Amino acid sequence: MSISLAVFLAFVASTLGITYWAAKRSYGASAYFAAGRRITAWQNGFAVAGDFISAASFLGTVGLIALQGLDGFLYSVGGFAGFVTILLVIAEPLRNTGKYTMGDVLAYRLKARPVRALAALSTLTTATFYMIAQMVGAGALVTLLLADSGISYNIAVVGVGVLMMVYVIFGGMLATTWVQIIKAILLTACAVILTVLVLRRFHFGLLEFFAATSQVAYHHNEQRVVSDFLQPGLRYHPPHGPLDLISLSLIFAFGTAGLPHVLVKFYTVPDAKTARKSVVWAMILIGSFYVMTSILGLGATVLVGPDYIITHGGTNMAGPMLARALAGDVFFAVVSAVAFATILAVVAGLTISASTSFAHDFWTNVIHHGIERRPGESVLVARLSALAVGAVSILIALALGPASNVGILATFGMAVAASANFPVLVLSIFWRRFNTAGAVTALTVGLLATIGLIVAGPNFMGIDPPNATGTARHLIQARPWFPFENVGIFSVPLGFLASLLGTLFSKEPQAEAKFNELIVRANTGLGAERATAH
Amino acid sequence: MKKTEEGTARQEPNRADWDRIAAGEQFQDLLAIKKIFIVPAFVFFLVYFVGLSVLVGYAPKLASTRVIGTINLAYLFALSEFVVGWVIAALYLLASARFDALTKDILATLDGRRGGK
Repeated sequence: MSISLAVFLAFVASTLGITYWAAKRSYGASAYFAAGRRITAWQNGFAVAGDFISAASFLGTVGLIALQGLDGFLYSVGGFAGFVTILLVIAEPLRNTGKYTMGDVLAYRLKARPVRALAALSTLTTATFYMIAQMVGAGALVTLLLADSGISYNIAVVGVGVLMMVYVIFGGMLATTWVQIIKAILLTACAVILTVLVLRRFHFGLLEFFAATSQVAYHHNEQRVVSDFLQPGLRYHPPHGPLDLISLSLIFAFGTAGLPHVLVKFYTVPDAKTARKSVVWAMILIGSFYVMTSILGLGATVLVGPDYIITHGGTNMAGPMLARALAGDVFFAVVSAVAFATILAVVAGLTISASTSFAHDFWTNVIHHGIERRPGESVLVARLSALAVGAVSILIALALGPASNVGILATFGMAVAASANFPVLVLSIFWRRFNTAGAVTALTVGLLATIGLIVAGPNFMGIDPPNATGTARHLIQARPWFPFENVGIFSVPLGFLASLLGTLFSKEPQAEAKFNELIVRANTGLGAERATAH
Repeated sequence: MKKTEEGTARQEPNRADWDRIAAGEQFQDLLAIKKIFIVPAFVFFLVYFVGLSVLVGYAPKLASTRVIGTINLAYLFALSEFVVGWVIAALYLLASARFDALTKDILATLDGRRGGK
């Protein structure tokens, strides 16, 4: 048995133990969906970090930095920046006014059925984009790592999918939270060790390290080039580069605060004050991690080399390959196993947020008008939909195979969150005049515009040379209609504009009248959901 | 004894209660004092964060200016985003002690009124 398999199995065994423990103490909806709201500030901070730092960061972003230097690092900065928005604008009002989902906050003063239906749709879309990114990451890892241990891509994807279903179906939010906490600790430890090992190669001299990254030789279009990897422009260059970058920062600034699987974490703490502290914990962890990605990515550039990375496993594998270059096969195995654990923790978070939204928003509130016909129905539906979400994502991942950079795939999900979820959430909390029509138009336009622009953009459209095959080929062989990779610069304003127009062209005195209640609840925590008693 | 799902300690206020609290001086003070911190902090961070993309995108030459050894302005600016984020978080924690105190007063007033009935 290989070492990576052993490390991975140890993680699986301990998380299954946690799931068993969590399953025994899981009574009722609040326990299943929100871990009884008894998670402490530091625990939730770690869990949010474990929930958010996905394969997209550990594999995707490190790879982007390794190949595109500073431009790749902007993805790391963005990943952190969104948490400032969460801290200042979202976390506390969300905790004070909602129960289990984003839809709860909207349904407070708007017409529950249309906004919940759309909120559930948007949640499922975001989660699906994210899920694809994670599954592809898992696939890429296996292709590189376990090729000679007899475990194929397909077996690994099914394995990840089944484990995630077990965590979520039996352990609910409590098990998911602890899986995420353990993963956050493992991942941070790995990143610290790798960073120290990289810097040790340069005698702990930062200047020496960056001197090495300032002249990296590699091949581009079969030409040998030497670049300074701290210089901008390796990914985003004129004419569209600058706007594309601004677009990216908008997606990060607003999208993170609209990610359903991040938002649900703030329902697991007892009150808004704890939610606030937990965001700060998360910011410390996530920020430190992302600062380290610059050392890891650039370390891979210098110590492994862009040419080698591209030809041996591709952009997603720069981190694990760096581990091998630094400390040999054993550490490579450990890092890969931790990357696997990362994927498991994130897909569990995605699955629980998607199934919660389906069960609570769509099944109970839209179809059955908020009435549980028998006790425990919504939890049962959530468990069944977790099963469905798991099965569907296994199938999609099997169909896709190892594809493009997972860091970029994840930003698609974030673009939907920034353009649809974030505008309605913020306006519903802060704008008295906001109403159902505004929310419906914003969610619809935000969702459609984001997906439409992504499909019409250079990620899906492009003319490839005849020798490009498989995943290197664009899906649509035509010049892109929309020049930007990142759609935020159009889709975010469109989302806000749609909510503005939708609101102004309609009147809903009831929604306005309930604004006082919402704002008092949001700011004082009066009447907020309590933690379950021991 | 059966475990209760969720319990609310206070009696659920009605529409008139909500409107009265919202219009109350204490609550308006709380909102104002929150606004004084949150709005400038958030706007500043947004500008500072988007500013990084603007610098890197529109002034790559300037961004490539080497400051310490081969470390350039762009990388230092990018790192400073983390520092600024952490500082804002720390300041927010400090400021929020005040928010919590005001909130407590509002709830105490509310309870006092209830008790007096």
